[in-house]
Amino acid sequence: MSQAKDVLLDPLFNKNPIGLQILGICSALAVTSKLETVVVMSLAVIFVICGSNASVSLIRSQIPSNIRIIVQITIIATLVIIVDQFLKAYAFGISKQLSVFVGLIITNCIVLGRAEGFAMKNPVGLSFLDGLGNGLGYSIVLLLVAFFRELLGAGKLLGYTILPSTSEGGWYLPNGLMLLPPSAFFIIGLLIWLLRTWKTDQIEKEN
Amino acid sequence: MSRDSTGKILSVAFLLCVVCSILVSTAAVLLSERQELNKAEEKRRNILLAAGLYQEGVPLEEQFRRIEARVVDLRSGRFSSDFDPASYDSRAAARNPETRFQIPPKQDLAGIKAHALYQDVYLVKENGRLQQVILPVYGKGLWSTMYGFISLDSDLSTVIGFAFYEHGETPGLGGEIDNPAWKGLWPGKRIYDDQGNTRIEVLKGAVDQQSPEAIHQVDGISGATLTVRGVGNLLQYWMGQNGYRKLLENLAEGVEL
Repeated sequence: MSQAKDVLLDPLFNKNPIGLQILGICSALAVTSKLETVVVMSLAVIFVICGSNASVSLIRSQIPSNIRIIVQITIIATLVIIVDQFLKAYAFGISKQLSVFVGLIITNCIVLGRAEGFAMKNPVGLSFLDGLGNGLGYSIVLLLVAFFRELLGAGKLLGYTILPSTSEGGWYLPNGLMLLPPSAFFIIGLLIWLLRTWKTDQIEKEN
Repeated sequence: MSRDSTGKILSVAFLLCVVCSILVSTAAVLLSERQELNKAEEKRRNILLAAGLYQEGVPLEEQFRRIEARVVDLRSGRFSSDFDPASYDSRAAARNPETRFQIPPKQDLAGIKAHALYQDVYLVKENGRLQQVILPVYGKGLWSTMYGFISLDSDLSTVIGFAFYEHGETPGLGGEIDNPAWKGLWPGKRIYDDQGNTRIEVLKGAVDQQSPEAIHQVDGISGATLTVRGVGNLLQYWMGQNGYRKLLENLAEGVEL
């Protein structure tokens, strides 16, 4: 059981896909100006990554190695399209805000990375947990980034006013930089710094 | 059969494609009805927003009862009863050579090359008297085609509301055309001058409020020069002879349409 636990929990902090492997940065910049969109994006990525890991693992002994990447991408793309269709039907407002970034989950390196790096060699149950763990690890970072961006950029959290902004008669002058994608770079950089101060074994050796 | 033989590769690829396409098409077919509903609601919501009539929390169906949808023939400026306004799709009509108007390149201010001969328009009436007319307009910005609605007052020149509901301009730059502060500059502006010339324009920089022209001018947005130039141009086009001009003239004269 300890292996299953490690597979599930390691990606949260010890081997975080964004923090340690610096994967999936594109969507971490693009969708994190509001918490609401991040929650939906995280759920979508968790669904896709769990589904792709489990299905790739299920047929791993049948996949010819010549075309394995194509097979993995086809499975991932199928799942992403299904998620996109669901969002358009049941969460139309949010799917408009996420626009192309739902479709771009296909190219999220974390998903393909786990399919190729883990699911091709491990049984279905473990692969599913690995997908769940990595999806959650990705989500934690996105949620943290969005928390600071929405709070400092708009004075709100999930749309509720926390710091009343000057334009609405309050005292807080919103930091416009936080609403622009580059601010996510700063926050992710700070998070990685904190993470590596805490888990010193993640510091890369100098060449 | 070994795992890497050609036969195996082809059969795995084929089976995978069949399974995946069944999944994707099932999802698309099962969900399409709801998606269409969402799109139609979004459009109605934007029509109400342009008219300044949208109320949060009130069912759209009820709010939309005040609005009369018609399909207009742009060539004559008269309403046509050949189409059902609820289901008429002007974007599809603009793609069909039979039902589209090919814009002569010199007149193509909006940069859209062709548009449908018929457009859906929306009227707000009170006791049979026209209060507002809401017109769909679209044209090229910097990167994308911008789709919006403009609502005119009963004088058929003064803007009540103007907003885009679909575009792909850069967020933070051209995307600022969605900024409520900028949209707030439009109400009260006049499209036409007293001689009936289409005068509305978006300036580069701020409008001089003292100038007699200010009533036809809207501030530009810094960082969005090309996008707002597109906005000005598309209004010039749609408010002109090829656009809704004939319809507006007919409405002004009270011609029985």
